[in-house]
Amino acid sequence: MKRKLHELAHARAGDKGDTLTLALIAYREEDYELLRTKVTAAAVKQHLGRIVLGEVRRYELPGLGALQFVCERALDTGVTTSLAIDPHGKTLSYALLEMSIDA
Amino acid sequence: MPDKVRIGAGSGFQGDRLEPAVILASQGELDYLALECLAERTIALAQLRRLADPATGYDPLLEKRLGSLLPIAKRNGVRIVTNMGAANPLAAGRKVISLAKDLNLNVKVAVVTGDDVVSLLEPSMRTIEARGAPLSEYEIFSANAYLGADAIVPALATGADVVITGRVADPSLFVAPIAHAFGWRLDDWERLGRATAVGHLLECAGQVTGGYFAEPGLKDVANLAHLGFPWCDVDPEGNGVLGKVAGTGGAITLRTAKEQLLYEVTDPGGYITPDVVADFSSVSLKETGPDRVTVKGGKGTSRTPTYKVSVGYRAGFVGEGEVSYAGANAKERAQLAGEIVRERLREDIPDLRIDLIGIDSAHRADFGHPQPPYEVRLRVAARTATRVLAERVGAEIWALGTNGPAGGGGFREAAYERIGVVSTLLERSRVRPAITVLEEDREAQAA
Repeated sequence: MKRKLHELAHARAGDKGDTLTLALIAYREEDYELLRTKVTAAAVKQHLGRIVLGEVRRYELPGLGALQFVCERALDTGVTTSLAIDPHGKTLSYALLEMSIDA
Repeated sequence: MPDKVRIGAGSGFQGDRLEPAVILASQGELDYLALECLAERTIALAQLRRLADPATGYDPLLEKRLGSLLPIAKRNGVRIVTNMGAANPLAAGRKVISLAKDLNLNVKVAVVTGDDVVSLLEPSMRTIEARGAPLSEYEIFSANAYLGADAIVPALATGADVVITGRVADPSLFVAPIAHAFGWRLDDWERLGRATAVGHLLECAGQVTGGYFAEPGLKDVANLAHLGFPWCDVDPEGNGVLGKVAGTGGAITLRTAKEQLLYEVTDPGGYITPDVVADFSSVSLKETGPDRVTVKGGKGTSRTPTYKVSVGYRAGFVGEGEVSYAGANAKERAQLAGEIVRERLREDIPDLRIDLIGIDSAHRADFGHPQPPYEVRLRVAARTATRVLAERVGAEIWALGTNGPAGGGGFREAAYERIGVVSTLLERSRVRPAITVLEEDREAQAA
């Protein structure tokens, strides 16, 4: 069965220059392992498509039941120079939550 | 030594709300109130104001904020630490002294300077951004090093009621009072690492008390309109308990704390500040009661030999324009308008960004339109080398009024200079933080 991450986790986006951070946090501790298995750096890179031009790194935080994604070249040259209507990429937390996984 | 110190966060960005800070200073039983008001570009813009008028360059809300907070803080023995000095901390300090005089308060201010390092830049220095370009590629007008707790602690040691800084790392606004209160050595990496986690949780103020968290039906937050700001009770080991004033809106929960702990963190195991390389991955958060979360167990290793420097440069201009279409084929008409603008600007501005926006701004209704969207707002934006070129974008949007598709309305335009920020690293030994103590009739350099 396909499930959207929105059902399983909450998220917050952050910015550093042209780098986007996405924290993905399981609502229930027991879902962390599912997220860890399915929501890989490669899967997130593919899901976000043209939004992220550079690499995606993933950090595992089992103590928090969270995954931290660090996406390079994701903010149209950076917060201060982007032409996007949301130059910080703050709305992108909800782009991550649109991702579906087999669960 | 006290068994705990309570530090509150009264602002999380330059334009943050004042009322929660007033409540925190009045009823929070605080020892310290930190006010974080300086984003990356905010200080570059402040430097531009100072270049235009040397008496300015500090936070434009300084008088409003401290005019409200100073009498309360003074009455309750709360010491204020803030980066509202922005590009001109000394002028900010003098303004606070004159403000205190008007309020009949006897206030001692300590000003931290030394972050302005524009004279130390060299063209061959490289940015730390992905491309690593030399600074000679940029039209630079400002550079500010992120100073740390070691620059702020001596200011607190003067006994000042208010400490004003320019660019410092946001968590250092919290780490410094904690380290000062407990007399920590500033190479006590474990404790500094833990205090940095606390500082990071607090630095965005309302973002840990339920601000920027709510989603109706799924992540509800009570009384968000009257969101309270956080404090943390920190013990001599650097562990803390987050809380807020009873009766204020919002909520501190495990979930709000987790979101904030990871906010803007590019390496949870190695969060670099001027004070320490902090390990947030070892932090343990626990909800211990309503609006109470304990923060324990972070770690740290020795600080890096360099300061991060935020460099402001002139990045050309931006031109923008918008126009709405509604009803049948709104999207097609908006797309056609975008293509027309692209064609008309092709020779002068080859690289345009074209966005389609909209739900209900045109008519507050969709007349049962079968296919969303009922309305579409076209936005065109471009980076240009000159203001004249930037203004052409808006001009072509206006021209759609008589030279474009049917039914366009709500024309808007903007053209402005763009200020960019890049970062570089500077050896710590080249930067000399200094303290100036200001009192009503006296100014003195502190040792």
